[in-house]
Amino acid sequence: MSVLVYVENANGKFRKSTFELVSYGFALASKSGSSVIAISIGEVSSEELQKLAKYGASKILNANNEKLKTVNVQPYASVIAEAAKAEGSKVIVMPASFSGKGMAARLSVKLEAGLGENVVDIPDTSNGFVVKKGSYSGKAFAYVDITSDIKVISVVANSYKVIENVLTGNIQEFNPQLNDIDFKLTVKETIRASDKISLPDAELVVSAGRGMKGPENWGMIEELANILGAATACSKPVSDAGWRPHSEHVGQTGIAISPNLYVAIGISGAIQHLAGVSSSKVIVVVNKDAEAPFFKAADYGIVGDAFEVLPKLIEAAKMFKAGQN
Amino acid sequence: MKILVCISHVPDTTAKINFTADNKEFVSQGVTYIINPYDEIALARAIELTDGGKGTVTAINIGDPSTEPTIRKALAIGATDAIRVNGNARDGYYVAKQIAAVAQKNNYDMILCGRESSDHNGSSVPSMIAEILGIPSIASAKKLDIEGPNATMEREIEGGKEIVSTAFPFVAGAAEGMAEPKIPNMRGIMSARTKPLTVIEPVEVPQLSKILSYDKPASRSAVKLIAAEDAGKLWEMIREEKKVI
Ligand SMILES: Cc1cc2nc3c(=O)[nH]c(=O)nc-3n(C[C@H](O)[C@H](O)[C@H](O)COP(=O)(O)OP(=O)(O)OC[C@H]3O[C@@H](n4cnc5c(N)ncnc54)[C@H](O)[C@@H]3O)c2cc1C
Ligand SMILES: Nc1ncnc2c1ncn2[C@@H]1O[C@H](COP(=O)(O)O)[C@@H](O)[C@H]1O
Repeated sequence: MSVLVYVENANGKFRKSTFELVSYGFALASKSGSSVIAISIGEVSSEELQKLAKYGASKILNANNEKLKTVNVQPYASVIAEAAKAEGSKVIVMPASFSGKGMAARLSVKLEAGLGENVVDIPDTSNGFVVKKGSYSGKAFAYVDITSDIKVISVVANSYKVIENVLTGNIQEFNPQLNDIDFKLTVKETIRASDKISLPDAELVVSAGRGMKGPENWGMIEELANILGAATACSKPVSDAGWRPHSEHVGQTGIAISPNLYVAIGISGAIQHLAGVSSSKVIVVVNKDAEAPFFKAADYGIVGDAFEVLPKLIEAAKMFKAGQN
Repeated sequence: MKILVCISHVPDTTAKINFTADNKEFVSQGVTYIINPYDEIALARAIELTDGGKGTVTAINIGDPSTEPTIRKALAIGATDAIRVNGNARDGYYVAKQIAAVAQKNNYDMILCGRESSDHNGSSVPSMIAEILGIPSIASAKKLDIEGPNATMEREIEGGKEIVSTAFPFVAGAAEGMAEPKIPNMRGIMSARTKPLTVIEPVEVPQLSKILSYDKPASRSAVKLIAAEDAGKLWEMIREEKKVI
């Protein structure tokens, strides 16, 4: 009985969230004395694959095939299902990314496996297999017992730490059977907003809303994010107005994130915005209106004009970072 | 063109979420229910694509009789007819099996869902339906256009987007941008009363998971206010007190 972890790559490199997922898999496997098998799909160097062993993968399956170069949910799910069958894996751990969740749902059907989506903690296996998952758009958690023999879970980024568990790690080529029926969808073009830190993975996020008045004022937001090593995000009206790309929009209709630190500048804190950010570990709110609802959901609040507060935050962040080095 | 639109019946986005004292059940008393916002987008796009007699839009919901007002709203917005599968939507797998069973009996050109329900937040039903039917799925589609024998969509991915193309049939989860939700007009509301709403019994589905209980996120302790002129002290405070930077 092994735990199979799908290790997503971005242009041949693994992100921190992938190492997190392997660490998570290792912690879960250790509970039942089993091991972690990683499955990588697409082109990844053996040097990069070997890194997975550092976080507890004892076997690394490498499915590298010309037809699997770009992420495609349907064939990828088939490859993962085939690996799970070949290895006799009982638990499959997936990232809760757009494509990861799509694959997880397909795996659930293929393997008649119960699915736990958006899991935020290590499953409780003391009596069954109980996962804690986000529900009601950030307003609640559900505890779900997965009762099927095989279980598929998708795990939210930043729910677990990257922990080293150095193993030897054995890389094996995995040649899956590919089925034409899985290739009816073609990706014509991929457009990335930028190569900056990916928002769902980011540990630190600087976000701004309509209080910033216009896109010309985002220089300060980007500068602060750069100094801190944070990703940038925004409220819905900001992306609706085209001030920022839609991929930065967080909230109920945008993406949901759970960074260690969320800094919200000039955002009122509407319930639909909070739905996407309330599971952040620490929340800082800067707003000129002391009555802004966001202060009720914040750990730190600064009541003041963003255009006066931001320069102070930027200066202080520079000193803070200089002091850390 | 025949389009199936999957409608989930969810608490209003601003509703307060409460559970019974034993935390086992959601308290629906006093809660207003709506069409899941993404499903409204899917419905609006389906109506646009079939506008002017170019096809039909069937709305489907898996739920008990209490969901009928929500289904009627979909009819008022412009769906041609509707189906309610009389079951308890206990999880995504159950829902997907019911929808796929209906789809297997009718040749829909496309099945549109929302990218995520605001109660289960699974983002799993569309991909599951597609897997059962053996067809492509687009988990989060921000644009959907028909170009001859293919549909072209803008798919949301982490930090960007992809332009994808597929033949029919397929399943897509609608996201912001695919269409503007439509508000029912008086004529729509009147005609919704007489449009067909067929109720069918569910197919049997093995139970793979069970919700044991719920809880709410721990509330944050009171906000610590920092005077604007002391803003510069923020980072040191966070490091000392929270150790996240
Ligand atoms: C179905 C539905 C889904 C939605 N989904 C989302 C979602 O996913 N994400 C989302 O963000 N919203 C969403 N919304 C919209 C949401 O309800 C709010 O309208 C939105 O979040 C407000 O954005 P904002 O805070 O940037 O703007 P505003 O509400 O206009 O707030 C601007 C804030 O900036 C402050 N401010 C102004 N000037 C300054 C200054 N100089 N210095 C400091 N502060 C200043 C103001 O006091 C105010 O609090 C949704 C709405 C609906 C109905
Ligand atoms: N009970 C239901 N009846 C009909 N469609 C549903 C139901 N539940 C979910 N869906 C559809 O599946 C989508 C994704 O739901 P979920 O997988 O729960 O996030 C929703 O936006 C709906 O389109």
